[in-house]
Amino acid sequence: MSSDTKKVLTSPIVDNNPIALQVLGICSALAVTSSMANALVMTLAVVVVTAFSNLFISMIRNMIPSSVRIIVQMAIIASLVIVVDQVLKAFSYQLSKELSVFVGLIITNCIVMGRAEAFAMKEKPVVSFMDGIGNGLGYGFILLTVAFFRELFGFGKLFGIEILPLIQNGGWYQANGLLVLPFSSFFIIGLIIWAIRQWKPAQVEKD
Amino acid sequence: MSSSKETFGRTVGFVFVVCLVCALLVSFSAVQLKPLQTANKLLDKQTKILEASNLLDFAGDDIVATYNRFVEAKMIDLDTGAYIEDASQQEIDMFDERRNARDAEKSSKPENDLAGINRRSNTAVIYLVRNGGGEVETVVLPIVGSGLWDLMYGFVGLKADLNTVKSVIYSDHKETPGLGAEVLNPAWKALWPGKKIFNDAGDVKVQLVKGGAKENDIHGVDALSGATLTSNGVTHTLQFWFGKEGYGPFIAKNRGGLK
Repeated sequence: MSSDTKKVLTSPIVDNNPIALQVLGICSALAVTSSMANALVMTLAVVVVTAFSNLFISMIRNMIPSSVRIIVQMAIIASLVIVVDQVLKAFSYQLSKELSVFVGLIITNCIVMGRAEAFAMKEKPVVSFMDGIGNGLGYGFILLTVAFFRELFGFGKLFGIEILPLIQNGGWYQANGLLVLPFSSFFIIGLIIWAIRQWKPAQVEKD
Repeated sequence: MSSSKETFGRTVGFVFVVCLVCALLVSFSAVQLKPLQTANKLLDKQTKILEASNLLDFAGDDIVATYNRFVEAKMIDLDTGAYIEDASQQEIDMFDERRNARDAEKSSKPENDLAGINRRSNTAVIYLVRNGGGEVETVVLPIVGSGLWDLMYGFVGLKADLNTVKSVIYSDHKETPGLGAEVLNPAWKALWPGKKIFNDAGDVKVQLVKGGAKENDIHGVDALSGATLTSNGVTHTLQFWFGKEGYGPFIAKNRGGLK
């Protein structure tokens, strides 16, 4: 793997994170982060969709008439999302019952469109594919971090396994009701952005 | 960008090809995965029915075989409470309460829509769960009613006396995680066995009690804390479905001896 490809793959995780730096795809990050399992499946779905939409769009980038390029990108992304949703329904029915709505909304996830328009329309297929995986992982990194805090302190569990026994189940831990609700992700994402910018001050916007 | 690809004909042609390829991809995956999806859906339903009749541990990994051995699905007419004996197996298998409720010919508006379901299917499929000796041990009745956010679908398992509750299992809901979604909490579900739906006069008395049911309350179960609207929804759902516009006629017909 050349260093360029590697950079494309890893830089979106912290240096150019789609959520923390580009501030894209926040809406779904709020909705699916109530448990680690949901966040993980959503991450995989977004990685697959972003990677393959980047790959296909890059493959035909020189043929796409610029007047209809957004529509063509949408058609490809939407098809991929439907396929992912179908696969999920076939192989992981329980999760798809919870996630189906949000998987459908990957179509409107700005990360996918954003990478297709900003990267795949200019670059070669393989490097675009890597960029898609990288951005999907960057999205997933934030999702899983948020889900970690929300599931641990909101439900006393991680991946459904009890860590802090809840009072209502005879334990000692009073669950944090705020973290159960989707908007609590705003606070956690805010804190993550702050932490990353403390670590990498170059990301701080100039006034 | 070169001008050659910007002609009207080329643009239309390109879009047409992209759409064709995408459509093929989508329909291929939908058709190929359909059998697996149907099997998953059925397995999910059978699991819930076995759970409602306390057979899930017994079944272990063998849900389908256990289901086929002990469970018999029957279609009933909700208004008269009678079995529809000429319903074919296929009709029973394909029965979909949600689809019927949208069909004006197959559903009606309840007079007293406690459960907030708007339209109720005229027929229902119920599940008779027999023991090894062939006697009906549990009757599993599907229920549906409004929670806080949306309709909640579930099953109630009753003993053969059609009064004593074995379980209340929700299979599909959109309630708030940690609050209303606690209807799935095993500790809450464990409060149900032994509760009675009806009093001696035959009135529906089952309900969730805010602040906690008294110890000797045979009709009451603790409401979910922090989820008053979900709890009210559960109470109304049960009162509707065991009332005269729900399974009331069926229960009246079969009280004291379900075959």
